[in-house]
Amino acid sequence: MLEGEQGRAVRKSMEILTTLGTIYGAERLIPISSVQIAGVSYDNLGEAGLAFLQEMADGGGKARVLTTLNPAGMDVENWQALGISPEFAEKQARVLEAFGRMDVVVTCTCTPYLSGNLPHFGEHIAWAESSAVCFANSVIGARTNREGGPSALASALTGLTPAYGYHLDENRRPSLSVQVEARIEGTAQFGALGKVIGEELQADQLKPVSFITGVERASLEELKSFSASLATYGGAALFHMQGITPEAGLHSTPGQTLRIAQADLEEAGQALNDAAPEEVDFISLGCPHLSLQEIAHLAQLLEGQHVEREFWITTARPTKQIADRMGYTRVIEASGARFSVDTCCVVAPIKGRFKALATDSAKACYYAYAKNGFKTAFMPFDDVVRLALRPQSG
Amino acid sequence: MGSEIVKLEGRKIYPGRVRGKTLATGMGISFFGGVDPESGVIVERGHELEGQSISGKVLVFPHGKGSTVGSYSLYRLKANGKAPAAIVNAECETITAVGCIIAEIPCVDHIPIERLKTGMTVLVNAGVGWIEIQP
Repeated sequence: MLEGEQGRAVRKSMEILTTLGTIYGAERLIPISSVQIAGVSYDNLGEAGLAFLQEMADGGGKARVLTTLNPAGMDVENWQALGISPEFAEKQARVLEAFGRMDVVVTCTCTPYLSGNLPHFGEHIAWAESSAVCFANSVIGARTNREGGPSALASALTGLTPAYGYHLDENRRPSLSVQVEARIEGTAQFGALGKVIGEELQADQLKPVSFITGVERASLEELKSFSASLATYGGAALFHMQGITPEAGLHSTPGQTLRIAQADLEEAGQALNDAAPEEVDFISLGCPHLSLQEIAHLAQLLEGQHVEREFWITTARPTKQIADRMGYTRVIEASGARFSVDTCCVVAPIKGRFKALATDSAKACYYAYAKNGFKTAFMPFDDVVRLALRPQSG
Repeated sequence: MGSEIVKLEGRKIYPGRVRGKTLATGMGISFFGGVDPESGVIVERGHELEGQSISGKVLVFPHGKGSTVGSYSLYRLKANGKAPAAIVNAECETITAVGCIIAEIPCVDHIPIERLKTGMTVLVNAGVGWIEIQP
């Protein structure tokens, strides 16, 4: 493939994979069965990224394994109603067109595992999107490094990845024990826990894999929130949670211990709360993308209510379609809240449009501040909805 | 240094042979957000090369940092004719390596970069993985 008999795109892909293999000491390339590509929003890609993707598509690139996409910069079907400019929409459509030509499934979601891209335990995959990487490695027990957009695309077009990092047993062993001495419940608290542990990992040059004890139960939605936060604040690709994640039972508790008390979680939550409730002019739920259960719950909370502030619900297109069929969409939209499908508040071009975001997502708070300069109000899911029902002046 | 040619051995990241003037720093570079893709000028606040153009230079720095979108930024610099002529790293990582491959910028690493100062003339032979400091 490196000689280029299969086209320019495959040759370029092999150059990327063999060079990364050399840098990180991989002995070989191994087959993978699933890819998730990040770098889809035109807001992040820019003209250069678009040009590169078009060149790869022109160069004959075709995905050889199931390959799905991260959120785009807009709701592909409903961008006008959400205030996206026609210029941006045109560029974003070209990005998706280039991926489509390469047989990439243009799902546009950060939760591919809820939209049909679900690897099994022990499967080698090549995923970008840090929250999905952390979820796939930890909750599913599949094996992937934290790929960037181009390296994930290279794996899609070749079906290969260099065997280093989290593909190898020795790098999946935990070396930091985290004892949670607080009762953790709900997506916001799991997000706060991810921030506390993540910041500890960030401070450690060795980037240890954490072995978490003391969490009694965790739902899909809580683990999705935790994975996103741990990846955002700690750059983590893998954790083990005793009694919850599948590889935890393979390991014993490491000696080095970090204890986390209720006060640590409260402090982490407070650090994300610099907006007063009356300042909040933007409400967003769905970072990572909402599951169907979360949308069903949201419909219950919004039944017969009227929201008073700009309120975006971000989710994957297939999830929204089931919500349509179940009648959740009608109830939610009747309240004045809006679905912003295929995208999210992290990658949409919303800089300057709002001042302060309220959300249950610790990850969304990080990017709202870092990328868009918004203040943030961080609170449990139900409280976010209650806040949306109060007028901004009240 | 005198009139001696000094050869430094490293590792090939992306091949190419080029002669040029160095722009050197001991600080990491973020190509996404840290370099203006239209002008090639380093814009990261507080960076020791802030305000200087990397365009056409043999850019010497320890390693890349920041967002993986930085790979596309190198591609964009190249498309705008503002890319560095070559990149010399202490320890190359994914962002810089992938950026050099897709933008076709010669790159070597494992070079003792503390021996390189701004304004030196160097020959980079990235395909073999060495550089020469020329008098």
